[in-house]
Amino acid sequence: MRDALVILAKDLRIEWRTREGLSSVLVLGVLLVVVLTIAQDPSPETAPTLAPGVLWAAFVLTGMLGVQRAFVLERENDCLAGLLTAPLDPAAIYAGKLASNVVLLGVTQAVVVPLTGLFLHLDLVPRLPALLLVCLLGNVGFASLATLFGALAIRVRAREIMLPLLLLPLLVPLLIGAVQATRAVLVGGLAAASSGLGVLAAFDVIFAVAGWLLFAYVVRD
Amino acid sequence: MRRLLPPLTGLTMLAALAIVFLVVPTEADMGIVQRIFYFHVASAWVAFLGFFLVAGASAVYLWNGSPTADRLAYAAGEVGVLFCTLVLVTGPIWARPIWGVWWTWDPRLTMTVVLWAIYASYLMLRGFGGDDPALARYAAVLGIVGVLDIPLIVVSVRLLRGIHPAVINRTDGGTGLVDPWMRIGLLVSALALILLAAWFMDLRVRGARLEEEVAALRRELDARRGEVA
Amino acid sequence: MVGPPLRAEGLARRFGGMTVLAGVDLALETGETVVLLGPNGAGKTTLLRILALLLAPTDGRLLLFGSDAARAPAALRRRIGYVGHEISCYPELSAAENLAFYARLFRVSEAPGRIARLLAWAGLDGTGRRPVRTYSRGMGQRLALARALLHEPDVLILDEPVSGLDPDAVERLQQQLLELRAAGHSTLLATHDVERAAPIASRLAILHRGRIAWAHDGRGADAAVIVAAYRAVVAGSA
Repeated sequence: MRDALVILAKDLRIEWRTREGLSSVLVLGVLLVVVLTIAQDPSPETAPTLAPGVLWAAFVLTGMLGVQRAFVLERENDCLAGLLTAPLDPAAIYAGKLASNVVLLGVTQAVVVPLTGLFLHLDLVPRLPALLLVCLLGNVGFASLATLFGALAIRVRAREIMLPLLLLPLLVPLLIGAVQATRAVLVGGLAAASSGLGVLAAFDVIFAVAGWLLFAYVVRD
Repeated sequence: MRRLLPPLTGLTMLAALAIVFLVVPTEADMGIVQRIFYFHVASAWVAFLGFFLVAGASAVYLWNGSPTADRLAYAAGEVGVLFCTLVLVTGPIWARPIWGVWWTWDPRLTMTVVLWAIYASYLMLRGFGGDDPALARYAAVLGIVGVLDIPLIVVSVRLLRGIHPAVINRTDGGTGLVDPWMRIGLLVSALALILLAAWFMDLRVRGARLEEEVAALRRELDARRGEVA
Repeated sequence: MVGPPLRAEGLARRFGGMTVLAGVDLALETGETVVLLGPNGAGKTTLLRILALLLAPTDGRLLLFGSDAARAPAALRRRIGYVGHEISCYPELSAAENLAFYARLFRVSEAPGRIARLLAWAGLDGTGRRPVRTYSRGMGQRLALARALLHEPDVLILDEPVSGLDPDAVERLQQQLLELRAAGHSTLLATHDVERAAPIASRLAILHRGRIAWAHDGRGADAAVIVAAYRAVVAGSA
């Protein structure tokens, strides 16, 4: 829908303007990978096995911060009210915000994944297309829930802790699927990742539809 | 009907306890500890029922804003978490003598923990989410999303450790329910716990309504006081 | 069938157990400027949000141009311009960019020309690419008003547009509101500023504890009368 694209374009333009915000999220992503890796003190042999878990833990944590930032920006000057006075379906707001979160997470991954390959002695180049698919499916799934609950948490007390508290348990299937698929891709190929990808795809469909339907209840009084 | 709940619950509980501890034969492999299985599995069933009830009541609330549906969702959430906690407590008590460990990450345990976490977060949202009157709506959204996650959790936990088989096949006690009294024991325990859960929920729903009435009266009083002064 | 721009019948709104609006009847005819007065907590903001279709009432009916607002809110939104307590413009974007964004959402035709004219009218045409976060409060309010007028709404709903503005800015806004009234806009505005309300109002009403406690039809109500009525309403309510 056109309205969703208009919102997406506006979000990306604002992100571009506030480059400091975006770059700090990127740096945080790299930092998380570094810290999580060091904390487990890997040897050169065990390093590659850590990669999937470390990567997705880092993405989920930076993703949550990114989503919170996105909605805080929307709350400033009560821009959300402006959107709600427009003759558009609240679901279009959901779609637009979902898309912008997927893009931002994708940008983070574009930086973090190659660096992780470097840190954990992984040969990523031949596997890039497959990794791209896993990341895309994982992003969409993550963003579908994070966008819904990001909008919700922003109006709740103790919002900084409420968002992770609500999101993390719900994201467990996504994490399992993404880690399994990433691991399979790094070791074998796309075929081996089929069960993980299946879970991711199911997650994406179920929660994108649920978010689409439920967003109006979160955002409209 | 409502007044019958407490005595009915009491009777069924006594019956269940009697069957489980007096009638049912001791299980061959696991010994006396296995008797916990009846309440463990029954608790799990009640917890699941509770979670589905949260989702159902939440959906009704979103549909027509009925305050009863809202109170029911909250009560079901509390009861669900209560019984899920019982599952997570009785499980290790059973496991320790049998497997030698308190915990493993096999699919079924992982699933139970994740479910517990989802509905515990539901209670956190309700309890600490602040005073925004829209909170009931937010909780309803969470209740529905939680139930949608269940099939995904069931499928994904099977991916853990690849094709590694579960440590113990724990469906119906592992070796099957050989004695018909075992089946009866399970069903009676389940009935007892369902009645108990229903009683708790009834108390909670009525309590919630009374709390709201008190709050309304208090506001009325403050308003009147403001006027006189 | 077209009715008056706005007619509210028995609007009520409860939040949890608290009643904020307890049956409000209000009408806005074409070309009128209705001013809503009332102390804090009277329910002005809640009422305005319901009229602007941002909030659903728990009871009562709202008719916009004869159509039931509960039925087809999206189409009706196009005909309403709303300015709330906040300006609803993105702080990182410029005025022109904000207006361009809303123009797309509201499907405004000939947007660039319209935006340029509105920016000039609001005295913001010199701002260029400066982000909105650098604006003074007065500039922000003028931008908010421009945003609300962008899609040529039939009804304008303003919630305390002069709050926080210095006297010059208030003068300027006052002028703009008079211009709008002269141009035939139908406006509903809520304010604390009892003295300033009189000159711009076609009709006045005082909201207290969720009800309309006093209404004055026709012009010529001078500030003294209004202030007296206001004090009476707030001091003693039966």
